[in-house]
Amino acid sequence: MAAPIVIVGAGQAGLQIAESLRGGKYEGEILLIGDEPVPPYHRPPLSKDVLLGLALGEQIEIRSRETLARKNITLLTGVPVQAINRERRQIAMADGTRYDYRGLALATGARLRRLTVPGSELQGVVGLRSLADSHVILAALKTARHVAVVGGGFIGLEVAAAARKAGAQVTVFEAGDRLMARAVAPVLSDFFLALHEAQGVEVRLGRTVMEIVGKEGRVTGLYGDDGGFRRADLVVVGIGIEANDRLAAAAGLDCDRGIVVDACSRTSDPLIVAAGDCTVLRDAVHGGMRRLESVQNAVEQGKSAAAALLGQERPFSQTPWFWSTQYDVTLQMAGLSTGYDSLVLRGNPATGAFSVFYYRQDRLIAVESVNRPQDHMLARKLLDAGQSPSPEVVADEGSKLALA
Amino acid sequence: MVKVIYVEQDGARHDIDVPEGWTVMQGAQRNGLDGIEAECGGSCCCATCHVYVAEDMLGLIPPPGEMEDGMLDNVVAERRPNSRLSCQITLTAALDGLVVHLPEAQS
Ligand SMILES: Cc1cc2nc3c(=O)[nH]c(=O)nc-3n(C[C@H](O)[C@H](O)[C@H](O)COP(=O)(O)OP(=O)(O)OC[C@H]3O[C@@H](n4cnc5c(N)ncnc54)[C@H](O)[C@@H]3O)c2cc1C
Ligand code: FES
Repeated sequence: MAAPIVIVGAGQAGLQIAESLRGGKYEGEILLIGDEPVPPYHRPPLSKDVLLGLALGEQIEIRSRETLARKNITLLTGVPVQAINRERRQIAMADGTRYDYRGLALATGARLRRLTVPGSELQGVVGLRSLADSHVILAALKTARHVAVVGGGFIGLEVAAAARKAGAQVTVFEAGDRLMARAVAPVLSDFFLALHEAQGVEVRLGRTVMEIVGKEGRVTGLYGDDGGFRRADLVVVGIGIEANDRLAAAAGLDCDRGIVVDACSRTSDPLIVAAGDCTVLRDAVHGGMRRLESVQNAVEQGKSAAAALLGQERPFSQTPWFWSTQYDVTLQMAGLSTGYDSLVLRGNPATGAFSVFYYRQDRLIAVESVNRPQDHMLARKLLDAGQSPSPEVVADEGSKLALA
Repeated sequence: MVKVIYVEQDGARHDIDVPEGWTVMQGAQRNGLDGIEAECGGSCCCATCHVYVAEDMLGLIPPPGEMEDGMLDNVVAERRPNSRLSCQITLTAALDGLVVHLPEAQS
């Protein structure tokens, strides 16, 4: 009997690969292996609805076990894959079990970057990546009175919003001089700074944490690098992630802070593909390596990876998009604004609903929208089509924006 | 449990018991109805969980908010008066027997 296609990592990308293989009429065996105890689930709600108490564990499952069984996808949970033997076309589990593969997909996601300052190991100092992490924070928010968030990126700020809703006093430490600096332009950072401050969050820009202190093993507070002390019975660390590429690197696959893939999700081994947060894309157009940490990327790379396993080329080329929800504000992003040389506002930030259009050399490269879903959806179409509406039309709310 | 009847394009009917408090999208996802993609996981940010709600119960569902309305303007299939994003419909006992039709495409 032919060996199965093995997928390592049962997250968004891993599941997509499995289902796209079935969609592509692959009828052989599929083994989907994950080290978490639960079936694949949506991660974005972990810092949103789950923390707000609006969704329980099973509600965010993308597929139940029964559904996967019905689709003839064999799901193994709670077991990490420990090694890949490319010569033998085998993977090895921690307990010594080995599985042959005819094709292998790596969808191992990412792990949290850890704080290394003294006190980081105290109880009550946590990160947020998994459903289990989210449940720990949800439980802690029931009693926490002072919450400190380290890192003013999307996840940190979503946690800050949830902690405020839960009634805690919240301090955010951000080492950079503005919020979400890696992803959005200064206009947006300023808007979200004002939003959080209006909600009563103390945002400490340009401040890192020097030391976390505690009593009987539990956190009680922390010191900023200016010596300022803040009480905290919960510290949530959101300072970024690192790709899970050790398995691939140990097997000799090309890695560069992530498993290197091309636009079709192929690695340096023709039998192995990779998708999602564990990858870096060799950017054929702009040169260098690029990592996108988003659901869209996991889904689209997953589709490409499945196609590649079936011998087809399906490059992922759509405009990247992403979103974040904080309080009653929804931020939606299309394209990548890095390297813009001019920007145009549509709508007025003071009204709480506006979009920012970014141009490089007169070419539209990205649009970030706050509570303006129409702008966002249109922006995705414009960017996919490579169209650039004139700044005059964009700035004039009276004139209609449309695909040419 | 609230019974929801999902009808696919080809007429295939799926009667699914979904716990109260869950959304119509969540019931479809766990049960693997491919006609609902729900990429954003229920954040009202992707418009890939579009459904047509049978008219008889439409009035029992709170009308779309501004975000949903804006996203509905951009669903891939035709937007009709009974178009909704299924992640924004939370199931209550009153919605037992709700019929939703899946559109021909989500993305
Ligand atoms: C709190 C939070 C909020 C987010 N919000 C958004 C958002 O609003 N919008 C957005 O687009 N994206 C968001 N993201 C990012 C998005 O969830 C990820 O980009 C996406 O989940 C990546 O999918 P993946 O399959 O690559 O990785 P994952 O979903 O992380 O799945 C990888 C899986 O592989 C498992 N694994 C790793 N190593 C092994 C091994 N050796 N053996 C077996 N299993 C293994 C991991 O435990 C994990 O279960 C958010 C992420 C988090 C954590
Ligand atoms: S799941 Fe994305 S809009 Fe409903």
